[in-house]
This record gives sequence, structure tokens and C-alpha cells, in this order.
Amino acid sequence: MPELLLELFSEEIPARMQAKAADDLRRMVTDKLVAEGLVYEGAKAFATPRRLALTVHGIPARQPDLKTERRGPKIGAPDAAVQGFLKATGLNSLDEAKIQKDAKGDFYIALIEKPGRAAIDVIAEILPVIIRTFPWPKSMRWGARSAKSGSLTWVRPLHSIVATFGLETEEPDVVKFSVDGIEAGQTTYGHRFMAPGAISVRRFEDYEAKLKAAKVILDPQARKDIIVDDAKELAFAQGLELVEDPVLVDEVSGLVEWPVVMMGSFEKEFLVIPDEVIRATIRNNQKCFVVRDPKTGKLTNKFVLTANIEAPDDGKTIVAGNERVIRPRLSDAKFFYETDLKTKLEDRLPKFEQIVFHEKLGTQAERIKRIEKLAAEIAPLVGADVEKTKRAARLAKADLLTEVVGEFPELQGLMGKYYALAQGEDASVAAASEEHWKPQGPTDRVPTDPVSIAVALADKIDTLAGFWLINERPTGSKDPFALRRAALGVIRIILENRLGIGLRGLVTDHFKNSFGKEYIDVVDTKNDWKVADIADQLMAFFEDRLEVQLREQKARHDLVEAALSAGSLVQGHPLVPIVDRVEALGRFLDTDDGRNLLAGTKRAENILRIEEKKDQLAYLEAPDADLYQTEEERRLDATILATQSEAREAVSKNDLAGAMSALAKLRPAVDAFFDRVKVNDDDPNVRKNRLRLLNEIRSATRAVADFSKIEG
Amino acid sequence: MDALPDHMRPERSFQGFILALQRFWAEQGCVILQPYDMEMGAGTFHPATTLRALGPKPWNAAYVQPSRRPKDGRYGENPNRLQHYYQFQVIMKPSPANLQELYLKSLAAIGIDSAVHDIRFVEDDWESPTLGAWGLGWECWCDGMEVSQFTYFQQVAGVECAPVAGELTYGLERLAMYVQGVDRVYDLNFNGREGAEKVTYGDVFLQAEQEYSRHNFEYADTAMLFEQFKMAEEACRKYLAAGWREADNHKEHLMALPAYDQCIRASHVFNLLDARGVISVTERQSYIGRVRDLAKACGEAWIHTETGRAV
Repeated sequence: MPELLLELFSEEIPARMQAKAADDLRRMVTDKLVAEGLVYEGAKAFATPRRLALTVHGIPARQPDLKTERRGPKIGAPDAAVQGFLKATGLNSLDEAKIQKDAKGDFYIALIEKPGRAAIDVIAEILPVIIRTFPWPKSMRWGARSAKSGSLTWVRPLHSIVATFGLETEEPDVVKFSVDGIEAGQTTYGHRFMAPGAISVRRFEDYEAKLKAAKVILDPQARKDIIVDDAKELAFAQGLELVEDPVLVDEVSGLVEWPVVMMGSFEKEFLVIPDEVIRATIRNNQKCFVVRDPKTGKLTNKFVLTANIEAPDDGKTIVAGNERVIRPRLSDAKFFYETDLKTKLEDRLPKFEQIVFHEKLGTQAERIKRIEKLAAEIAPLVGADVEKTKRAARLAKADLLTEVVGEFPELQGLMGKYYALAQGEDASVAAASEEHWKPQGPTDRVPTDPVSIAVALADKIDTLAGFWLINERPTGSKDPFALRRAALGVIRIILENRLGIGLRGLVTDHFKNSFGKEYIDVVDTKNDWKVADIADQLMAFFEDRLEVQLREQKARHDLVEAALSAGSLVQGHPLVPIVDRVEALGRFLDTDDGRNLLAGTKRAENILRIEEKKDQLAYLEAPDADLYQTEEERRLDATILATQSEAREAVSKNDLAGAMSALAKLRPAVDAFFDRVKVNDDDPNVRKNRLRLLNEIRSATRAVADFSKIEG
Repeated sequence: MDALPDHMRPERSFQGFILALQRFWAEQGCVILQPYDMEMGAGTFHPATTLRALGPKPWNAAYVQPSRRPKDGRYGENPNRLQHYYQFQVIMKPSPANLQELYLKSLAAIGIDSAVHDIRFVEDDWESPTLGAWGLGWECWCDGMEVSQFTYFQQVAGVECAPVAGELTYGLERLAMYVQGVDRVYDLNFNGREGAEKVTYGDVFLQAEQEYSRHNFEYADTAMLFEQFKMAEEACRKYLAAGWREADNHKEHLMALPAYDQCIRASHVFNLLDARGVISVTERQSYIGRVRDLAKACGEAWIHTETGRAV
């Protein structure tokens, strides 16, 4: 079956946009083909700095014919209706229509056959629309045509279009269309410098091969592989090791059509700068890789660059040029680093008094004071030394004011650690500088040192408490202060370190201790909230985040709900037992005892719901032992009494497994009760008593979780 | 080029380097202008770019523009930071289809051969909040060094560019250093001579860098500058208001250029105040906004002048 080749050749496309653009092109073209009844076999899209290309194979040569029926007027309808029907369907007379009977009478039916069109004609209509509506993140106008409104926009000027369609065995046809004066054809161009001439192409196979001959590697993955393999090889040849950097590989592969990997070096004296600073300098500014000595793990004075040409001097000029650029960059970095070392971190703090954190939440200096206070309160709860924690909290953000962090914001925290160590701070105080920012995202590691934990929690909780207090909360997709990330960070730090911290108490205390009367008053008068309400709302936010987090870990949503109903953050319960409960519930429900108890409990609840609704009252009182008629009732009562206290005790000791096995003991008594006892007894007093007994099942299980929230 | 005496070759002398660029762009049909006679932060501020980029009439020009960045002064002590340096500016409206090729040829004309050097177009979206302008384009890299800015103007002075102009800006000192193979800007050979006849960039500009750094950071009279900013702003508005006329069926403006001069002045005075550190972070935004308002009003006036309007 025929295949389509499409290439959009332009000036340099930003590297970061190429992958998505290739994907968008494939999606848009294939979606349209399918919508037009042209079901294809396969498609693949590619991007280089100067072109987007797409191949779709196995496209039928024609659309299928379409047969539709159209219902017309009743037999004997007025002439105007008949004429309208004929006109709309293209029939010459009613003789060409069928007649169909249904309940309302006999109707004329027109059979309309729409023959399928040639695929190439359909494609010629599809492509210009896709090109004109292509979703570039930012697009532009250019050239003489931009004088008129409605001119084509593209990411950078679009120069030519290749579009061919046809069978493998035949000379393909050009898909005839034009967009804003650019006619689709069969001509593309090779590498900008090494083979700039025009190339005539037929279909994907010769297109890719001819491009390669013209020094263009079409497939981004192939370019990445070359860069990584050659860079490793170059490093290996010198007994060194490439510091791998997939993000940089992605970017660099989008800057070249013909990657040529080379190694350069810089003066050894720059190796006194911390490795991360060297790497940031070379990577961010020059898009080059750094290289380490595998024996020491430290960087060496080499770097790896990726050029876009094979130069006649084997790249000597290019390497020398890159070395000349890197030298002053490293020289600046060294100067920044050495300048930073001359000022102690604590001497930088007064400057924070001039820097506003948020207009309603005061200066950075005020914020640091709040964090210090809260961290000191958390310290004993997590086993951290209070004095060290206070010192760590005070210094943790001081590196924001250093030259190196000004230049490379991504090194915040890490530089603080280096500077703290350089001025002789305790190791855990220094570490907190880096660790308190963590975790930055769902896959980042969480701090484990107690001092870092205390500062990290204090930092995040202060942020959340502050923004909740001034009512700047995330809405929909808007979360400018990354509050969701902060909340998830708190949750992960607590869970992964299994900290027995009560969040609600901590937050309420922080409101009262650190935010002073001015905030509390503002909140009370303007929004008519109390601190307790805000704490509740913040806890509910934490619960939302917890649910999202647990769902990502494939925990069942209903189990989370069931566990929260038995004891929530809003009610002041600590976090770890809630999650343990979810896990224990999951395990329990995987057992026969669990499943049957759930079924029994649900049955009890269903009966209660129906009967309580009928009787318009809730059966909450304890049952009367004198009204029991059967052995099963008496046994159930006794079992509930025993298991309930056992389960409660286990829960109070955070022994969830114990609580579950206590509940499991309920199962035979519940089963026996339902097997042999009729709840709705004719004697209203016996019935009432049995309903009360059912309620006892419900409340016994609620000591562990709200089983009614569990599905199944 | 072979007829050039050695001391005029672009890789030998800074002045020869500039002349080679001028000659190249003259051959592409650009008018070669002289620098605008006012202090400004970049070649883009020259009315030959800012104002001429607006309106439908074709315009091709190239010129050197001394650029003042008061904050970038380093008392002559940094090997490549200057508070006064040269930009070479090319503007072509509408942007020709082969502008990238022309740019690469211009590099060849100053001794950068793209067969030996790794030339790259790296995404850089340009925006000037003071001019109410933006465009898309690249930083042009030569062996890892940024040597030019390449921009397709989409909007200038708040007005959509129709047609779009292409703008090239070369950092002359940096490029010349690369071509001459020197690591310190003050070591650039300015006149291409050797021995006693040689004049370096340092001979010409080092003292100026030292003196202006002192001025920009320590002594510039801030009370006067605050006053000057206000005066320039008022004058700009006054000239703009006075320039509007009702002509048959349309409005026209008769004083866009003098008004725009005052906008240039306000912008430079703001840069001086900023270097003196007397403008707070929040005030900064408001000053930039005030200059932008002037630029926009000037752009609006310009497209109602003889040169700026649709035919």
C-alpha cells in the first residue's frame, strides 16, 4: 500500500521544541487520516534542528465508498416536502427512493452513495490545514508576506516542503498543495555547511539515505547514540569516565544534524572549584559534558563538546575556540567562589532584612526566624539536637546571597553546604543547607539526618502555613508558590522516616507562635475565619495530597477513604498510622477472613440503612441481652465485646496487624448470625434488639476503618 | 579584498574589521549610517531600527552604534566587560529569505570561515521591556562563543511589525578579539599597525572605562538625573502632543523623531540611575514601564508620519 513522506524544512528549530513537534506532527496527520477513513499501518516522525519529517506507510490508495440512508417525507406528503427531499439527496425522482414502513407509516428513503476519493487528494487537503494550525509553543511571521494579515506562522521561517505519496514499486506522486507561497515538492537540502545543495527525494527510504549522504542524521535517537557512544569512547581512551547527562544529550542532539564529538581541556588550577560549579559552568553556558577520573570520582580538566561539522583541520580550531570560551567562564566561576568564601554565612543574614519574601508574609529575615523557631520545636520530636537545628535553620538559606548561587541558581543549598563546611560548621548543620530543600519532586530523595529533617519540615510547613493564612492557595492548574510540592514533601519526609509527628498540632502552634497578632487579626476580621478553621483546611489539603500520593503508589482509593474516616489529619491524628492502616486493610482484605468480614459488615450496614430509613431512627443503643432468642445472637454479642476491645487496644499501640486479626475473629460469629437468624423478627422488640446488635458490628469495625467506604 | 593593505585586514585591525562589515552590508544594498548622536544602551534604540522597523516601507540599513551599559563598567579591570562598546547593527525590512546565508557570508568577510568554525543558531527569544518589543531568533555561536544576535522582529514600540524586519547585532569587540586571537579587549590592535605606530583598544578606551566607571557607580549626580528623567519624559509627551495634525481624512504626526530622542534620553538616564543603585526593585519596574509608555507613544506617532505610514 502507498506511503506518505512529509518534510517541513525551516530555519533552526529550538532544541527543546523538536521532540514534541515531531510527535504533534505524527499525531495530527494520522488522526486526520483516520478521520477521513484512511486507516494506515504505521507512522514515524523525526526532527533535526532544521526539519520535521514524517513517514506514514500502509495508507489505502482510496477512501472507502460511503453509503448512507436518508429518511424523507411520508408517502403522500405535500409536494414542497418531496421537492426539498429530492433536492437535498440529489435524486431525480421518487422512483429512485425506497419505501420503508414503520409504526408511524410509510416513508421514502434515499440511498446516497458517496464514492471514496483518492487518498492523495484527501492528503493534499489535510496537510495545509495542519501546517497552518501547528501548535508551536511560540511562532512567528517573516519576510515580505508578513506585511499582510493571515500570513503563515511557523516556529522560524519555513523554507520548503517535501510531500510525496505512492507505492514502493512506483515513482511516487507529489502531493500537490501550497502554503503561503511554498509549493510542496520533492526537493530538500543537506547539511547547512557540509552539503547545502538541493536533493531530490522519492520516499522515506531514499530520503533518509540521501540525507545521511548529505551529512544529516535524521533520527534524533541515532544522533543521541552517536554523542553518548563517542563521548564515552573519548573519555575511556584516556582512562576517564564521562559524567552522563541525559538532559544535556537531548538538548545537544537538537543543536546538530551531524554530531562530531571532540575533547578539550582547561587549566588544572580551576579544579579547586567544586565539581558541581565546574559542571554547571561548562554545561549551562557551553553545553559541553564534563569528565571524571573513575579512581577518585573527581572531575578532571577535560570537557567533551559536540560540533556540527567535520572540519578539514580535524576540529583543532573548534576545540581551541571552545577552550578559549570556557577559560574566562571558569575564571569567573573561580572568582565568584573565592569571593564567596571570604564572607561568613551568618554575616550575610542582615541583607535578608531588605529582601521581601512576600509582601504579606514579610521579609526573608522574618521568614528565617519563623523557620528557626519551628525547627527548634520539631527537633526533639525527630531526635535532632536543638542547638544544631537552630544553627542549621539560621544558615540554611544564606547561600542565596552568594555570587555562585546568583550565577547558578540550581546550586542553591549545595553551595551553602560547601561554604558551611569551609567555615567549620558541624557536618549535620552544613548538610541541612542542601538537604532542607529536598525533596524537590516525587522522585527526589528525602532528608534522613534528624537536623535536616527538622529544618526541611519547618521550611515547608512555614511556607504552607503562611500562604494558607493569607489565602494564597493553589487553584486548579495554578500553584505559583509550589505549595502542592511542599505538602507532598512534608508527607514523604514523615512517611519515609516514619516520624510520629502530629501535623495539626504543629501547624496550629506555628500559627500562634510565629505569625503574631497582625496576621491572626487580619484573618479573623476580613475572612471571618478562626485559626482552627485554617488549620482544618490545611489538613484537608494534606489529606488530598496524601490521597494523590497513595494513588500513585497504586493504593486503593476506597481503602484510603476508609482509613481516613477512622482517624484523619483534620482530627489531629498522625500520618504514619493512617498509611499503615491502608496497607493493613489491603492485606486483610486479601484474606478469606477479611473478605467475609467485609461482606458480613456490609450486609449488616445495608440492612441497618434500609431499616433505619424505614423506621426513621438510628439503632445506636446497646442491645439488651435479655431479648436474645438464639445462641448465635449471644455468641455474636460476646465475640464483639471481646474483639472490639482487643482491636481498640491494638490500634492504640499502632499494631494494625493485631487489630486486623482481632477483627478476623468476628467473622465466624457474624457468618453464623446471618446464616441462622432472621433480623426482621415478627416480634418488634426482638427485631429492634437484633438491629442494635448489627450496629455493634458496625461500630466494632469502625475502630479500625469505616468498612462502608470500601468497595466490593 | 586582496587589494586591502595588511593593516586594514579584518583579522589585523579593529577598524579594518568594522570597515569589512560595512563594505559587506553596503554590497547587500544597505544604507551605511553613522552612529546616532545620543547615548543609548544598544543599537536597537537607534531610530533607524526602532522606528524604521515599523510601517510597510522597505528599509535596509547597517551602522555601528556605540552602546552604553553603565552597570557593566569594571574600571578597566575585567578583560571583556565594558560600559561602552560597539555594536554593529543590520536591519533589513522585509526580512530577506536568505538572511541566514547573508549573515554567514558576513562572517566569512571578517575572516570566520564556516568550514573550519562551528557556527550554530541557538534559540534565543528577544524581548525589550523598555521598548515594548519582542522577536524570535537565535544567539549565533562560533565555536561555543556567542558572537551575534539574530532576531525577526514581531513587535516594536507596541506596534506589530508588518512586514517583519530581520535584525542582526554583532558584538564587535568580542568578535574582533576572537579573530585577532587576543584574550583581553584592551589588547586589540585598533589600527592594524605594528611597533611604534600600533594603537590598541586600550590606548583609545582604557582611560575612558576607568573614568566612566567612577562616574557611573560613584559620582553621577543622581539629583540631576532624577530631574533629567522627569524632564525627558515631559518633553517627550509635550512634543508628541504638539505633533498631531488632522490631514484630509487621516491623522498625521509631524514630530515623532524629536519626541523619540527624549525617550532614548529617558532610557539612558534610567540606566545611569540604576547603576548608581538608587532605584529599588519595585521602582525599577515602574521606571521601565514609563520608558515603555513613551516608546509606544512614539511608535504610534511614527506610523502616522510620511515615512512610517502605509502608502
